[in-house]
Amino acid sequence: MTGAEILFFILAGLLVFSALMVVLQRDVVYCAMALVAALFLIAILFITLNAPMVGVLQVLVYAGAIMVLFLFVIMFLNPRVSEARPGRWWSLVVAMVLLLGGALAALTTNGDPPADPVATTELFGSPENLAQSLFSDFVLPFEIASVLLLVAMVGAVVLAKRER
Amino acid sequence: MVPLSHYLILGAVIFAIGVLGVLIRRNLIVLLMSIELMLNGVNLTFIAFSRFLGSTDGQVMVFFVMAVAAAEAVIGLAIIISVYRHRQTLDPQELQLLKW
Repeated sequence: MTGAEILFFILAGLLVFSALMVVLQRDVVYCAMALVAALFLIAILFITLNAPMVGVLQVLVYAGAIMVLFLFVIMFLNPRVSEARPGRWWSLVVAMVLLLGGALAALTTNGDPPADPVATTELFGSPENLAQSLFSDFVLPFEIASVLLLVAMVGAVVLAKRER
Repeated sequence: MVPLSHYLILGAVIFAIGVLGVLIRRNLIVLLMSIELMLNGVNLTFIAFSRFLGSTDGQVMVFFVMAVAAAEAVIGLAIIISVYRHRQTLDPQELQLLKW
């Protein structure tokens, strides 16, 4: 087992653990903290996959901005009431096992995935490389994304505003 | 080097855990967090394929997923605040005004 594989298995184990904590923890604040941990671990996985730019953005946008928003809303609403007991636990666990089994079956039967990565240049995943792709092939989706963010901003203000 | 299938399985597991959260939790905020978890499972798959196929398109797609996730989180939380103001609850089971 090489060093890269050991690193991957440590990260994967921690990631699955923190994702389960997000889902199973009772207190909402603990859920949010576990989600921050999971997002950081995914950012590290991105960096190991030669995507340093996306990894940094993951920390800035997800673990930074979005999670601060979540924590702000938790603080604002202060949902102290304890959650009612979870509903039909076991039927849902069975559904999950089926879903996972389906995903794994699709993975194992659908041909051979490439085992070795394509050799890439030094620049792969760098800001220059990504910007070139973003502003040539993907320029229309980029503009649409900016309009989407504007609409979301206006919509959030309108929704959260107190009616008078 | 770690083979591609490991990353795909990890992405599928994270996605499935997110689905589990959406199904079993009774708190709107945790529901939104589980959706973020699902989006991240998909992002991991995108980045893994981008690396193994040697194309940056997957990484650019992750940018767009992040933009949509940010918009979704903002709108979702605004709706939660608005709902809480009217009903004083975060339990989706209580929000059954449209149920016949």
